[in-house]
Amino acid sequence: MSASGRSSAETLGYSSTEMMSIAAARELADGQVCFVGIGAPSTAANLARRTHAPGLVLIYESGCIGAKPTALPLSIGDGELADTADAVVTVPEIFNYWLQSGRIDVGFLGAAQIDRFANLNTTVIGPYEHPSVRLPGAGGAPEIAASCKEVVIMIKQSRRTFVDPLDFRTSIGFGDGPGSRERLGLRGRGPRMVITDLGILRPDPETCELTLTDLHPGVSVEAAREATGWELAVGPAPKVTPAPTDSELAHLRRLVSLRPEGNSK
Amino acid sequence: MAELVSLREAVTELVKDGDTVAMEGFSHLIPHSAGHEVIRQERRHLTLVRLTPDLIFDQLIGMGVADKLVFSWGGNPGVGSLHRFRDAIENGWPTPLQIEEHSHAGLTNRFVAGASGLPFAILRAYAGTGLPERVTHIKSVKCPFTGETLAAVPAINPDVAIVHAQQADLRGNVHMWGITGVQKEAVLASSRSIVTVEEIVERIELRPGGVVLPAWSVTAVAHVPGGARPSYASGYYKRDNDFYSSWDTISRSREDFREWMEKNVLEVATP
Repeated sequence: MSASGRSSAETLGYSSTEMMSIAAARELADGQVCFVGIGAPSTAANLARRTHAPGLVLIYESGCIGAKPTALPLSIGDGELADTADAVVTVPEIFNYWLQSGRIDVGFLGAAQIDRFANLNTTVIGPYEHPSVRLPGAGGAPEIAASCKEVVIMIKQSRRTFVDPLDFRTSIGFGDGPGSRERLGLRGRGPRMVITDLGILRPDPETCELTLTDLHPGVSVEAAREATGWELAVGPAPKVTPAPTDSELAHLRRLVSLRPEGNSK
Repeated sequence: MAELVSLREAVTELVKDGDTVAMEGFSHLIPHSAGHEVIRQERRHLTLVRLTPDLIFDQLIGMGVADKLVFSWGGNPGVGSLHRFRDAIENGWPTPLQIEEHSHAGLTNRFVAGASGLPFAILRAYAGTGLPERVTHIKSVKCPFTGETLAAVPAINPDVAIVHAQQADLRGNVHMWGITGVQKEAVLASSRSIVTVEEIVERIELRPGGVVLPAWSVTAVAHVPGGARPSYASGYYKRDNDFYSSWDTISRSREDFREWMEKNVLEVATP
């Protein structure tokens, strides 16, 4: 273990990013319907479909329902997603008929910043009127976060990403705490867990505050605390995430190596 | 009835300084060639509208075509930031850019209301987010039947919609398939429309999931093969992912960007 409390890829035989993808993939159950964000969530969801959850239904906001890509898409609308989908619908239809109506089991999201109640920022760093970094913005996330039956979040953990308060609240987790989602009339239950490169956090059933419940192999509670911009709540005895199996790693590496480098339809 | 015209004529006739222009394409069929023609014709003070402004909007913004952007996600998909878009918002270069941002669901429903001839749309959205505080075009409304509070967004009715499709027939009926995003709504919501197409066919043979815009609902059709490159046109060519990656380098500095635009857009003849 390094001085920072994070083990290096050389010691473990896998990287912390790979551990994050694999831990996230394990949380998706076979047969679930999952609304997938691009990037890390898409990698994890496709890994799940290749390992324990071949019947996982992947939905991309471009209108692809039941996409079964052989290579990881670079954008949420790659031709590969449309060509392998059970149905391709328009953007009004995907948001109004499929997401808004509450048909989706799991929303799978990333973000630039997260706070202790799992609210997410993908809009700006710095003040809204004069941002130091203008991020892409909301996309489909606010309604995915509101309307899916539950939400799983993937984000690398550091003092830049785990902040309180957020610079902007793009998508709601538990708002200001207990009762927020109910007061706003949101139908989905909200975030079930946050999977990072260090471990897993789950909302406390009473306070809704994110609580460290699992640590990836070789990561210390101290390292997780140091990578959090508020006083991190830690569960009574954090479990250690089972290390990636050879099969999980092989599937993940094959998937990532298939990421389209050149022209991909 | 849609007229078959050249791209140059279509933009000259139908896109005016100060117009609100929706150029749609949700990661597929993105009207790059038409965007380049708008840049070559030096349109100014446009309000540009698109759910997913990516490379072509980065180019339009970097060339000073727009005063305002209405959007819901601005990035280079799978690659990172749009540097010209960021420079305009963060530093006002080459000209300050006013923004109005939504979620995809919100802006989509603005188009749906616009296409439907309604003043506004209702949706479950924005609750608990910071957007309603920042965007005057997001309000709430009480359902007259259940009393439930829902989000309301006004219709958007652009002056012009510009989209790219795979085919038009000789009469000007337009046919697109694959991921068709919000293109139909954008065309129907707008006062005028330009559709560039890969191919003019004698008769449309409808593909599964194909969307047809009847000739009488479109203002102008221009035959522009490759008009969506470097994005893709299902059935014609693939997405040039390498170019999307290289745009990150090209667009990072103002100088490299200008040089690229001069060589690859300004000095290029209109297709």
